[in-house]
Amino acid sequence: MSAVEAAAVSSGEVQNGAAEAIHVENLHKKFGQLHVLKGVSLSARDGEVIAIIGGSGSGKSTLLRCINCLENPTSGIIRVNGEEIKLRADSHGHTVPADRRQIERIRSKLGMVFQNFNLWSHMTLIENVIEVPVHVLGVKRDVAIAQAEKLLARVGLAEKRDVYPAFLSGGQQQRAAIARALAINPRVMLFDEPTSALDPELVGEVLKVIGDLAREGRTMVLVTHEMKFAREVATHVVYLYNGLVEEEGPPERLFGAPRSERLKQFLRNVG
Amino acid sequence: MAPGWGGTLLVGLLHSIEIAVGATCLGLLIGTAGAFGKLYGGPVTRDLLAVYTTVVRAVPELVLILLLYYAGTDLINQVLAAVGYQRVDISGLAAGIFVLGFVQGAYSTEVIRGAILAIPQGQIEAARAFGMAPGLMLRRITLPAMLPFAIPGLANLWLIATKDTALLAVVGFFELTLATRQAAGVTKAYLIFYLAAGALYLALTLFSNLIIGRVEGWSRRGMPSVKEAR
Repeated sequence: MSAVEAAAVSSGEVQNGAAEAIHVENLHKKFGQLHVLKGVSLSARDGEVIAIIGGSGSGKSTLLRCINCLENPTSGIIRVNGEEIKLRADSHGHTVPADRRQIERIRSKLGMVFQNFNLWSHMTLIENVIEVPVHVLGVKRDVAIAQAEKLLARVGLAEKRDVYPAFLSGGQQQRAAIARALAINPRVMLFDEPTSALDPELVGEVLKVIGDLAREGRTMVLVTHEMKFAREVATHVVYLYNGLVEEEGPPERLFGAPRSERLKQFLRNVG
Repeated sequence: MAPGWGGTLLVGLLHSIEIAVGATCLGLLIGTAGAFGKLYGGPVTRDLLAVYTTVVRAVPELVLILLLYYAGTDLINQVLAAVGYQRVDISGLAAGIFVLGFVQGAYSTEVIRGAILAIPQGQIEAARAFGMAPGLMLRRITLPAMLPFAIPGLANLWLIATKDTALLAVVGFFELTLATRQAAGVTKAYLIFYLAAGALYLALTLFSNLIIGRVEGWSRRGMPSVKEAR
């Protein structure tokens, strides 16, 4: 790699024009003796939809949660928006973010959607959606409310704006959680198994919302068990096995003509 | 009831309420800080807080009140004398609030610690994931989310505080119990005055329950009613 190319990569730009929104390089994560990620690299350029698939315990959720430091990586490089997350070792030898304000700033550009929705139970839907824009990003309350109403309408929950999350179905809660993540106008949306906690008949309504976002060109990293969905919406699929990228590529190739025996086995089991 | 003594009792009740309110507020401040220290603090902070909550909850409150009131005022005056100031009279109200607040703080620490542990962790994680700073998260997410779990325990502590004010009679603070003793002692109408004092304590509790019920209902606004789930 020439010095010019190296400079271009380190600033998050790539030659084909689309900027690199997320760059993960040689990421390791250990929980005590358990080595969950063993050197994973991942890249998401603007407009890309990266689907991470893999069996239970393959490290796919851990990988996603390392991107915004909900889990602190043991070693490796993470760049969001071209900005590298500064890490340091604490007194126990654990790696922690070196700069709290940097990590807060980066997190406020990543819209995270959780498996268990994690809406704030003491706030109505509209309060949940405006919370981060108003209190973290400093958006004026009336502006945030107008935007939140549009987002709730978009996920089909306009008439539920003043309802508390506990009174809604899982599918409705997850759609509200997507609206909450969209409200920060994120550079990248992160989905951590967004349909795994839902009753089967509620999965479709959530996948439709996520699919619409993918089709309008929103950058997303998606951990999912829905292979058919991953094949439809992803631009790039990463198959993790035992903490390593076993195989990756465009969905047609990965699902149509898998090369790795393990991936073939995995697709047979889940298909 | 002899004319005039009723007013004396009411003044005593007012002083009792002042102390209970002050001590509960101080206790909540100490308890919130203590709970966060115990949950998220370093090893030294955690050990110090463990000593505080254990000692305060182990020693009878009457002993603590005598100790902190006499030893505390003596200590303050010794310090003042050492740096060349005049001795001061510590106001009974301030001393009472400090002593009971110190005791309340130890119990509140445990109530609030338990309530924070009862918050679904995903809600805290969501706040972190969206870039909330620790202070903002405390104010906007952790405290309101733990409130429904803390209110029953904190309500107990408030009712105990209203009655613990009676212990301050031993250090000569003019609250309801001391006022009653004076009134009864002078008029020899023991039964009437002690019954009246009991009725006043009961009225305070009933009124408190009314307010606490409102606050608890508000704090549980996001939670489905338990009755409906039965």
